[in-house]
Amino acid sequence: MNYLLNILFLLALFVGIGYFINNIKKIRRNILIGKNINRFDHPKERFKNLLFIAFGQSKLVKRPVSGFLHLVVYLGFIIINIEVLEIIYDGLVGTHRAFSIFGGFYDFLIGAFEILALLVLVSVILFWVRRNLKKVKRFWNPEMKGWPKNDANIILYIEVVLMTLFLTMNAADYHLQQLGVTHYAQVGSFPISQFIAPLFNSMTDSSVILLERFAWWLHILGILFFLNYLYFSKHLHILLAFPNTYFGKLTTYGKFPNNPTVSSEVKLMMDPNVDPFSTPVETDANATPEKFGASDVMDLNWVQLLNAYTCTECGRCTSVCPANITGKKLSPRKIMMDTRDRLEEVGKNIDKNGEFVPDGKQLLDDYILREELWACTTCNACVEACPVSIDPLSIIMDMRQYLVMEQSAAPVLLNGAMTNIENNGAPWPYNQMDRLNWKDE
Amino acid sequence: MSEALKVPTMAQYTAEGKQPEVLFWVGCAGSFDDRAKKITKAFVRILNKAKIEFAVLGTEESCTGDPAKRAGNEFLFQMQAMGNIEVLNGYQVKKIVTACPHCFNTIKNEYPELGGNYEVLHHTQFLNLLLKEGRLKVEGGKFKGKRITFHDPCYLGRANGEYEAPRKLLEKLEVELIEMKRCKSNGLCCGAGGAQMFKEPEAGKKDINIERTEEAIKTQPSIIAAACPFCNTMMTDGVKGKNKEGDIQVMDIAEMIANAEDL
Ligand code: SF4
Ligand code: SF4
Repeated sequence: MNYLLNILFLLALFVGIGYFINNIKKIRRNILIGKNINRFDHPKERFKNLLFIAFGQSKLVKRPVSGFLHLVVYLGFIIINIEVLEIIYDGLVGTHRAFSIFGGFYDFLIGAFEILALLVLVSVILFWVRRNLKKVKRFWNPEMKGWPKNDANIILYIEVVLMTLFLTMNAADYHLQQLGVTHYAQVGSFPISQFIAPLFNSMTDSSVILLERFAWWLHILGILFFLNYLYFSKHLHILLAFPNTYFGKLTTYGKFPNNPTVSSEVKLMMDPNVDPFSTPVETDANATPEKFGASDVMDLNWVQLLNAYTCTECGRCTSVCPANITGKKLSPRKIMMDTRDRLEEVGKNIDKNGEFVPDGKQLLDDYILREELWACTTCNACVEACPVSIDPLSIIMDMRQYLVMEQSAAPVLLNGAMTNIENNGAPWPYNQMDRLNWKDE
Repeated sequence: MSEALKVPTMAQYTAEGKQPEVLFWVGCAGSFDDRAKKITKAFVRILNKAKIEFAVLGTEESCTGDPAKRAGNEFLFQMQAMGNIEVLNGYQVKKIVTACPHCFNTIKNEYPELGGNYEVLHHTQFLNLLLKEGRLKVEGGKFKGKRITFHDPCYLGRANGEYEAPRKLLEKLEVELIEMKRCKSNGLCCGAGGAQMFKEPEAGKKDINIERTEEAIKTQPSIIAAACPFCNTMMTDGVKGKNKEGDIQVMDIAEMIANAEDL
């Protein structure tokens, strides 16, 4: 027997999966550039979020049309991929449709896959129409020009190709089964592809066999390609949505974290037992003072960086952002895309130099503009809208913190309000001693 | 507005060796902003009517630090927070009510880690509690059957998941509540949050409060009900900007309740 095909198959698998693992390692390394934050608490609650938000897509269905289409593609994608197990087995061992030993259940599975494949095909076409012809506003913001727009369409094309190959493969198989060609035993049920099969009637057996093999090979190679395309695409969310929803923010949206370094400083200042003239009790004299807030990706925490890789670029956040709706530059989706782009740039820098060598760029100004940051009302609409538990607001807040605490670069009026708070305990220039005057007015 | 308001301070209570049932946190807007002061007084009239033993901090109250924190000044925020916590803990305060969702959010969610642990209620929640306990009665009165829409404050709604308390009060007032398309968890911000109140908006096509007011106007309300002094200002400005101040009033729910009772 000729083992050449099996060896080729093994090689394809090896390269495809090896490259993929390499990408995953890179993503992991890049995410861990971020600062530490403990998101391992409350495992039960976190697991529940993973189950409902990622598996159950509870947030997606809030927009019924796209939510439903997405559900079809997602379920189809997961379930049809069971078929890949058989393809891998067949490819390695040299069998044909090895899982048919499961008999009636196998027929049921193949039948179900076919129906799903058709549904996925229809959904993907509708998605394409929505994105390109119907001009749904959130797909046409400025940050969606160029690669992000192409990326979204490329994925849809890949899906169409994969589903078509799957159905062609089955149709050819069915055709050959009907003719009783050797190697093609009568297994499986083909509720969809049996209608494609008649197209092959005028073809010779050998060319249909060739077609069947061709579709089979392209299908598995296509899947391996898709797997490796993920790293460059917003489609990474099909993997990262799971950890991302697990590690999402659990506290109420209104609670912003308190910086512990600031707490200890303020406590020290307010403690009457501390002699203000004594030398400060700094334990480590050489310690570099902590940088407040974020001006680049390494100042963010790893959950924020995981968020950036997970973003699906769906724009649900931007479409509900009051600043964006009223024409300001701020777009929470762009915040996430910029963070990912900068992180990738930093990652490549590390690939090249072994460690990060300053490149004269940073997330602030080179990617995210101050004008964007200052337009945010901290309304949490973006956080609420995100189907995969991303928190763009936390990045905006960290960057504002950097601007104010490290650069004293708040807008002038805001600086005035803060001076008032400092001096008289209110954002307006009223005397604290007048605070109860309203009672007699 | 017949009787003078009774507004005791914590200092007075303590001098008498007593402790009020609840501390009313007035907040900066409630203390100084002309429009918001009316809300403060309306709420006090309700408290007086229901004979609630409450106190204010008066001149000992200071900004919670919310605008500082949301502007990015964590240091100033924590200075304010710890100063306030010192005062509150000094008076052994256990329960706080406030008519400002920003104060509510900050004290409830961000003070505990810094040593301030209190039961904190938004005034719409507190009023519901009084109703439930039978200490306050609310009837429709002059609002019965009126078309009213309610604007969810971000820091009460999305930030803290409270959508029902204000709506229950409106139900008690027997109004015809017409929801805007974007309401509850999908509510659109009025544009004031995140310290925007204290700065000029960034360049754009429109101000956020106009966008929101236009949406409210679409429901053809006679009143836009609010539950936050900042939303109130934003929506009032919006209504003026649309030249609708003759037809549409912006009112805090506390004002509506006080008015319904002719307090
Ligand atoms: S929190 Fe900021 S970025 Fe998010 S929707 Fe609101 S205004 Fe937009
Ligand atoms: S942050 Fe969330 S809502 Fe916004 S584009 Fe990314 S995935 Fe969509």
